[in-house]
Amino acid sequence: MAAPDSRDPGAADLKGAPTNRAAARRASVKGAPAKSASGDPAGTRPAPAKAASRGRAAPAKTPERAPGKTAEKAQDKGASTSRSGAKTSSERSGSLSGLLASREIVVACGPGGVGKTTTAAAAAASAAAHLGGKVLVLTVDPARRLANALGLKGIGNTERQVPAEAFSEAGVKPMGELWAAMLDTKESWDALVRRHAPDAKTRDQILANPLYKNISGRFVQSHDYIAMERLFEIHSEGLYDLIVVDTPPTRNALDFLDAPDRMADFFSSRLLRWLIVPYRSKLVNLASRPFYQVADRILGSQFLTDIAEFFVLFQSMYDGFVERARAVERLLGDRRTSFVVVSTLEAVPLREAEFFAQALKGRDLHLGAIVLNKVLPAYLRDPAGVAVAERMRDDASSMGTELAAELPGVDPDQVTRVLAEVAGSFLNFRVVAQREAEQRAELASVPDALISVPYFDQDIVDLAGLLHLGAALWDNY
Amino acid sequence: MTRRAPQSPGSGHGEDSHEEDAGPGRLSLLDRRLVFVTGKGGVGKTSVATALALLAAEQGRRTLLCEVDAKGDVASYLETGQTRFAEREVLPGLWAMSMDTEASLREYLKLNLRIPVAGRIGPLAKAFDFVATAAPGVREILTIGKFCYEVREGHYDLVVVDAAATGHIIGQLAAPQAINELVRVGLVRSQTGWMLDILSDPALTGLAIVATPEEMPVNETLELAVRVAKETTVELAAVVVNRVLPELFGRSEEAVFDRICVPGALGHLERIAGGDPTPVMEAARLAVTLRRNRAAHLDRLRAELDPAVPVMFLPELFTRTHGLRTTRQVARHLGEELAL
Repeated sequence: MAAPDSRDPGAADLKGAPTNRAAARRASVKGAPAKSASGDPAGTRPAPAKAASRGRAAPAKTPERAPGKTAEKAQDKGASTSRSGAKTSSERSGSLSGLLASREIVVACGPGGVGKTTTAAAAAASAAAHLGGKVLVLTVDPARRLANALGLKGIGNTERQVPAEAFSEAGVKPMGELWAAMLDTKESWDALVRRHAPDAKTRDQILANPLYKNISGRFVQSHDYIAMERLFEIHSEGLYDLIVVDTPPTRNALDFLDAPDRMADFFSSRLLRWLIVPYRSKLVNLASRPFYQVADRILGSQFLTDIAEFFVLFQSMYDGFVERARAVERLLGDRRTSFVVVSTLEAVPLREAEFFAQALKGRDLHLGAIVLNKVLPAYLRDPAGVAVAERMRDDASSMGTELAAELPGVDPDQVTRVLAEVAGSFLNFRVVAQREAEQRAELASVPDALISVPYFDQDIVDLAGLLHLGAALWDNY
Repeated sequence: MTRRAPQSPGSGHGEDSHEEDAGPGRLSLLDRRLVFVTGKGGVGKTSVATALALLAAEQGRRTLLCEVDAKGDVASYLETGQTRFAEREVLPGLWAMSMDTEASLREYLKLNLRIPVAGRIGPLAKAFDFVATAAPGVREILTIGKFCYEVREGHYDLVVVDAAATGHIIGQLAAPQAINELVRVGLVRSQTGWMLDILSDPALTGLAIVATPEEMPVNETLELAVRVAKETTVELAAVVVNRVLPELFGRSEEAVFDRICVPGALGHLERIAGGDPTPVMEAARLAVTLRRNRAAHLDRLRAELDPAVPVMFLPELFTRTHGLRTTRQVARHLGEELAL
């Protein structure tokens, strides 16, 4: 028990130099993903085979690796799966590395504030470092911080490559390329209109319509849709081997999944046609329809005319648009796409994440992994440590005096206070760690991979930081 | 910003804290009639909004708490049943509801048009859904309208809104203006005037942003503060920093801590404590580092935020569960920060 437990997120030496770690990781995963990419398209499924192959693969590769460390690690890993309980060992065989190696699109989703954007970026950075090919991280977060971390001045709507220097500064020689793009809602909508408008006149009318401007600029749901639309666009250009997407913060986690469907429904609905008819044919008396009576009084006829004009214009793009929305929907359901739900172990986000995981299942979408961020170290739950902390708290003053006797020049009162404080702090964090462990155990929807990422005590400010986080994600399950 | 009074004439007595806090800067949260609470996901927005409402009710104010994104979190923080559009008194003096724009539309039509809604709401609601989907601001105006209506009618002393997260709050608060721009005539247009009056009056309405002392929440808070001033007429009444970690020890005690953490001393401690103290020391190290990183973010928040905006601090609570008991604790800390 005294030896640090290297696969336990908390016990791992978090402060270990990221570069060495990343290098060791790189070596250790070289074989596995390549195998799953070719031989096992699903990449993440068959449990026993994978565990076995991991064990075998490791020693064989040892020579070209850093001092035998990874072999140990691979064995550790085997042990960890069996140790963490019967339920988990046989069912969860996947890892994020397998997922990233075998899919073309990985969508990071989940509640707000859990580190989705960073997780997506870290996963993409690791994939670029270890797997080769072109990897794109498509983010909706305009954070300068992420741009900085990637060594970019800013991230715009068009993709930019993360400079090789950023990797060399992090001490990593990447196998592939890392690209990044941010979603600019307005720009993406305009591009969509330009693509689908039947003629220049209609295009300009739409772009100038006040409602359109509002929708494309501020409208929340339009954000959801355009994110998926842009993903489809980039994917169909075929320039990237892997696209990792970070999803917009939604009021309801499902909004962006429903967005394509809703858009298609919206533009193809009978109700919409019924709404617009009066404006197409002046012969129809508006006042004869009760809806217009009401709407007119509430909204005013000018506004209704604006709405109708907008829809009439949009109707001209109907076919292209609906077809497109359906295609986006198919792509999300395709086996080339997998979803990763990111959460913390706090009750509220976790409840949302679980709901989301269930919803993915309900829609036959592939839930590749659940990533649990900011997990407190496991040593907080070690009964021996708890016992020591309790004794320290209760007998702080006698222990303090006794210890001070061994430390020349140190004030016993201060030692007492320090012991009391650290013991109290330990027991405080322990309450949270215990609660989180229970939450984790109760996770109802368990995908192939359940990944715990430790609480990093430093903010991620550069690519090395992202790769460090990536290493924690990479082979962990 | 124009409200930031220079040193008020009578402030010669200097650091008299409470007077300074409640001073000419901004009106206290509880003294307003309508308070929107926002924050980045994960910072405890709902928990703070709920605690604020609970505190107000405990202070004898008739309080309405409304959850805008009906996720049911209010119900769990208060350990009460599911909240609905119809307000319900869940604790003495505290009413709770959740927003439902369709129900709000129905209420609106009933109050304003005297339309026999019951029979027609079906197709109307569906049509409304379309209009609302297409016309931004329509849904928001029904949400905001409901709160402004409650304030205007004086049904409650205080309405606390667990509002949209930072990403969407501007759209909500600016909805009356957006509607003003889009809709030239009609009932909705005529309705936005009085709503704007309520929202723009800092004696009535205020916004509280909840943050944690972490990088992204602080960034978003600072960005939002700028946007609120530029794009809405609502006053930023307070920033609530949630989950502040306790300070374990000062500099000199930290030196002692470092002395204990060397192998020899740890060996003594192991013998004295009858077990390996390493995890306890590591946990303390983690707590100290976390707190230190967070302090840097707090400093940034302080430095970049308009000094007229009060900043309140709530401690990290190491609780087993999140229920009414925890909410009461948060409320108690809020009360201390509000100098009640």
